[in-house]
Amino acid sequence: MHNSWLFIGIFILVAGVFPALPIILFHIFGPKRQTPEKLETYECGMETVGQTWVQFKVQYYIYALIFLVFDVEIIFLYPWAVAFDKLPLLGVAAGVLFIFLLADGLWYAWQKGALEWS
Amino acid sequence: MTPDQILFIVTALISTLAAVMVVSRRNMVHAALFLVLTLFGVAVAFVLLEAPFLAVVQVLVYIGAIAILMIFAVMLTRNVTDDSGDPFNKNARVGGLAALFVFSLLVVMFGGWSQFTAYPQAGDTSGSIVQLGVALTAADGYVIAFEVASMLLLGALVGAIFVVWPRQNENE
Amino acid sequence: MTDPLALLGDWLLNLLAQLNLPPGLRQVILYLLGVSVIATVALVITIFNTWLERKIAARIQDRLGPNRVGPWGLLQPIADAIKMLTKEDTTPAAADKVAYNIAPILAVVSVLLIWAVIPFTSQWFGTQLNVAVLYIAAVGSFGVLAVLMAGWSSNNKYALLGAFRAVSQLISYEVPLFLSLLIPVLLARSMDISVIVEKQATLLEMYVVAAPLAALLFFISSVAEVGRTPFDLLEAESEIVAGYHIEYSGFKFGMFQAGEFMHTFTIAALTALLFLGGWQGPGVAQAPILGLFYFMGKSFAVYFVTMWMRSTLPRIRIDHMQALNWKILVPIALTLLMLTPIVDYFTKDLGVLFSAFGGALTLSWRFAALLLTNILVTLAAIEAVRRNAKRNFVERSRFPERPVARPPREEAA
Repeated sequence: MHNSWLFIGIFILVAGVFPALPIILFHIFGPKRQTPEKLETYECGMETVGQTWVQFKVQYYIYALIFLVFDVEIIFLYPWAVAFDKLPLLGVAAGVLFIFLLADGLWYAWQKGALEWS
Repeated sequence: MTPDQILFIVTALISTLAAVMVVSRRNMVHAALFLVLTLFGVAVAFVLLEAPFLAVVQVLVYIGAIAILMIFAVMLTRNVTDDSGDPFNKNARVGGLAALFVFSLLVVMFGGWSQFTAYPQAGDTSGSIVQLGVALTAADGYVIAFEVASMLLLGALVGAIFVVWPRQNENE
Repeated sequence: MTDPLALLGDWLLNLLAQLNLPPGLRQVILYLLGVSVIATVALVITIFNTWLERKIAARIQDRLGPNRVGPWGLLQPIADAIKMLTKEDTTPAAADKVAYNIAPILAVVSVLLIWAVIPFTSQWFGTQLNVAVLYIAAVGSFGVLAVLMAGWSSNNKYALLGAFRAVSQLISYEVPLFLSLLIPVLLARSMDISVIVEKQATLLEMYVVAAPLAALLFFISSVAEVGRTPFDLLEAESEIVAGYHIEYSGFKFGMFQAGEFMHTFTIAALTALLFLGGWQGPGVAQAPILGLFYFMGKSFAVYFVTMWMRSTLPRIRIDHMQALNWKILVPIALTLLMLTPIVDYFTKDLGVLFSAFGGALTLSWRFAALLLTNILVTLAAIEAVRRNAKRNFVERSRFPERPVARPPREEAA
C-alpha cells in the first residue's frame, strides 16, 4: 500500500517536471522583445476600460453550491458500493434511500427554479 | 530518522507555513490558493497514516469542491485586485497569545498520550473500505448517522438555495 | 511467451543491484524510471493524436489535412512544437506572475496523474490503488483549479468570464461523471481499475452490456469535462475570444492545448477500461501482451467517436449546456443509481441465462436484468424529455412579440 503511494508521489513530481521543462526552455530560448504595449491586457485591441472585476451572475454560485452537496453525498456512496456483496437487504435499502434524498434535493432546486439559466 | 518521518516533517512544515500565509495574505485569492496547499498537505499526511481513502476524499471534497467554492465566492462578492485592507486588526496580538496558549495546551496534553507516538502499522488496508461501507449501512452500525447526514446535506442544499435565490429576483 | 518489459525490468534490477545502493533508494530509482516511461508514453500518444485528429477532421470535412512535413504529414506536430518555440513568451504586466505561470503546468499535471493508475495489460500498469476510481476523480479537481488560476491571474475580463463559464461547466458535469463512475464500481464491488477490468472477462460481461446508459452518461460528461466540441463554450471565440487562456502564448498556451488533447485520449482510455473491458480479449490469458493491442484498439475506437463528434456537432448554448446536465443527465444517473443496486441485489445469485461458444458468450441473469433496467430507464427518459419539450414549446410561443427593426415607411420620408 505504502509503495503504490510512493509511486504516486514520484509521479506527481515527474508530472510537474514534464510540462515545466518545455516552459522553462521556452522562457530561456524564446524571443523576448517586450514593449509596454505588448504587455497590456489583450481585449481585442481596445484599451482596457475599468477593472477586471465585474458583477457576475449568482447562477454560477448556485451551481457550485449544488455541486458541493452532491460531491459530499456521492463520496459516502463509494464505500457502500465497494461493500455491496456483504450488505444485507437493509443496507442496500439504506443506500437507495440515501440516493433518493439526494434526488429530492435536486427536485427542490428544480422546482424552485434554481436550475434555470436566466 | 526514517524516510517517512522526514517526509512527514517536510509536509507538516509546508502545510503550516501555507496555513500562516492563508491568514496573513492581503490578496484573498492568494489566501485561498495557499489554503489549497494546506489541504493538500493534510491529504499527504493521510497517505502517510495509511488512510488512502481519506486522503482521496480530502482532495476531492476540500480541494475539488470547498476550495473552488471559496475562490468562487471571493471572486463573486468582492473586487480582489482592489483588496488591500490590512488583514490584522488591533486584537491581533491577543489572538496570537490565545493561539500560543491553546497550542502549548495541546502539546502538554498530547505529550502524555501514549497513542501519539505510535506509528500506524504498515499493512494491507484494502479491506478497510469494505468495512467502512458495511458499517455505514449496518443496523448496529451507523445507518442512522448515514441517513441523518443525507438529510443534513439536503437541508444545506435547500437552505442555500432559499438564501441565495430571492435576492436575485429583487435585482431584476 | 515472455514479457519483454518484464525482461527489461529484471535486467534493470540486476544492474541496480550491482551498484550496491540501499534498497529504499533502489526502489525510488526504479519507480522514477517507471514513472518517466508512463509519462513519456502519454505524451507521445498525445503528440501522435494531434496529427491523427487533424487528419481525421480533415477527411470528415473533405480536406487533405497535414501532408507536407514528413510522410503523410506525420512530422507536423514536431514542426508545430518548433514553431511554438519561436513565439514570444509574454506575461501581461497586469497579471499575477506566479499563479499565471503555475496554471498551465497544473493543467497538464491533473491529466497526466490519471495515467498512474491506468493498466495497459494485466502486467503493465503504473500502480494499483484500491481507491483508483476516486483517485481519478480527485485528480481532476486540480484541472478545475488550473482553469480558475489561469482565468483570474491573467487579469483580463474575457479570461475571468471564460474561467467562470469553464468552472461552472466542469463542476456541473462532475456530478453525472461521479454518479456514472459509481456504476462500474458497484458492479465490480471494487474501486481498483485492474479489478474492474478483470471482472469483464468475456464479451457479454463487459459493463457496457450491463450498464449501457451509464457508459453513455460517463462518455458525455467526460467530453464536457474536457471541454471539447460540442461543449467548448469555454472558448467561444465570438463571445469571450479564447476564454481563460486568452493571455497565454507559445508553450504556455501549448500546455493547455496538450492537456486538452491528453485528457481527450485519457477519457477514451477510461471508457475502454471501465465499460469495454480494457485489455481483456481472446487469447489474453496465454499472451498478456495482446492486451495492449486490445486496450489501445478500444481506446482509439472511443477516441475516434470524440473526433467524430468534434467535427460534426455545433457548439451547445450555455443555458442548454446547464439544462442538459441538471435536468437530463443528473436525473437519469440518479434513477439508474437507485434501480441498479436493487436489481443487482435480487439477481446476483440467479446464475447463467445462456451460454454459447464454450463460455465465450455467457450472459448471466444479473446482466440481462440490468440491461433491461437500462433500456427501460432510457425509454422513460426519452418520453419525459419529449413531454417536457412539448410543454416548453407551448410556453415559449406565448411570449409577446418582440419589436423588430423595420425599414422606414414612405410617408415619413
